[in-house]
Amino acid sequence: MTKPTRKFRYPTKDSAPVRIALTLAGVAYIALFLLTPLIAVFAEALRNGAAAFLAAVTEKDALAAMWLTLTVAAIAVPLNTIFGLAAAWSVAKFDFWGKSVLITLIDLPFSVSPVISGLVYVLLFGAQGYLGPLLDELGIKVIFTVTGLVLATVFVTFPFVARELIPLMQEQGVAEEEAALSLGASGWQMFWRVTLPNVRWGLLYGILLCNARAMGEFGAVSVVSGHIRGLTNTMPLHVEILYNEYNFAAAFAVASILALLALVTLVLKSALEWRYGDEIAAAHRH
Amino acid sequence: MALKIERITKRFGTVSAVREVSLTVEKGEFMALLGPSGSGKTTLLRVVGGLELPEEGTLSFDGHDLTHVPARERRAGFVFQHYALFKHMTVAQNIAFGLDVRPMGKRLARREVNQRVEALLNRMQLEGLGKRYPSQLSGGQRQRVALARALAIEPLMLLLDEPFGALDAKVRKDLRQWLRALHDETKLTTIMVTHDQEEALALADRVAVMNEGRIEQVGRPRELIEKPASAFVREFLGTDGEGI
Repeated sequence: MTKPTRKFRYPTKDSAPVRIALTLAGVAYIALFLLTPLIAVFAEALRNGAAAFLAAVTEKDALAAMWLTLTVAAIAVPLNTIFGLAAAWSVAKFDFWGKSVLITLIDLPFSVSPVISGLVYVLLFGAQGYLGPLLDELGIKVIFTVTGLVLATVFVTFPFVARELIPLMQEQGVAEEEAALSLGASGWQMFWRVTLPNVRWGLLYGILLCNARAMGEFGAVSVVSGHIRGLTNTMPLHVEILYNEYNFAAAFAVASILALLALVTLVLKSALEWRYGDEIAAAHRH
Repeated sequence: MALKIERITKRFGTVSAVREVSLTVEKGEFMALLGPSGSGKTTLLRVVGGLELPEEGTLSFDGHDLTHVPARERRAGFVFQHYALFKHMTVAQNIAFGLDVRPMGKRLARREVNQRVEALLNRMQLEGLGKRYPSQLSGGQRQRVALARALAIEPLMLLLDEPFGALDAKVRKDLRQWLRALHDETKLTTIMVTHDQEEALALADRVAVMNEGRIEQVGRPRELIEKPASAFVREFLGTDGEGI
């Protein structure tokens, strides 16, 4: 009959006070840096009441900004989906000279400040830029137009889909593709029936991230936009203009719509994670 | 006649994986390619299946030149070492794949495809597993699905890459007898790659022993054991005849 002198504690478990303190610190940090700003956006947006909020978000230029943001995303995201898929496919499934250079290039937009990417576009396509005179003769305008906004957004959001897919495709190897070919599939059938279904959740995840960034991008877009109200102002740019004009309620109202779009993306992403957690976890080893 | 491999060479960079290998596999024969890892046996099998293009040499089946025929047109039933089953498809969809991807004019009616899949499931002792996904199967069952999938396209030859490599000893022995019985029934020209001499000697009609990209000796199991052509063959087989 031995009496336990001390209560057994699992080696990986800390004492109650330590656990509570750590949890509180974590929650406080998240609340302070993530939750408070989000609440503040909505609180400020509704400060002058629902009617003022509605007026601000249905104002002509605000609607134009929303429409433009959606348009830019609707062009940039599909483009980067296709090119990201192509890039990931070639990097993951083939060996070729210059592969590491290509991988570095894919990552470039992540490592360059978006403002600089915007400036590079001005340097290339602007009136005084390298290609400016040529484009001028052809009657094509890039800078201060929607075309410029789309180009800048495509550049900044290029890595999302490719980055998501490369590790996933590398891990999967080419065995299933070889099996498909030996069973008589054409290259096209192999891609649609085997390669694509195998990466579908990773792809969707990449598209969501790409979309979130495309709608929220500020720096690069700001440089090439020219801030023409109702024409080349996307939502983030419109928010800035309103804010600089001391029109805080309207600025926050538009910002809250942008935040709402981001929240929808997040909810979709969480729903995907919840439903297909294992598959996505396998895709997410970077 | 059947499959004729003539002076095939396959290099990867500066390394020759297969060097001027010639081998004839008779119609309906069960041939084993036996050798240690790195001996070039899998590369040779992949050349036959059209998954690698040889730098030199020719390949023919029944007198038809196969050397430059793409994999998808070779009708070689390839069974991969780790099965390479399509994870996102059910067992039935896996087996039907080769029939589903046929060009428009040659495609079978849905009902006919289903009948064929059902027949293969029965023959492979996979009754009732058609709706499962590969991840819900045991290793031995996956192996049989891979075989069924390869047989569904009515292949001209069966190419097996270490078919029992990933299975435990007990399942290996069972599947071995079962595979031999299947071969005797279908009479398909078969090439099996293995590094297990016991397996090769017990299963195959003839065995080609490979070493460093070359074939050291080809012969019936008993011949190899009684008259090994080189020290390597003698050592690799262990000449006390325990394999038979």
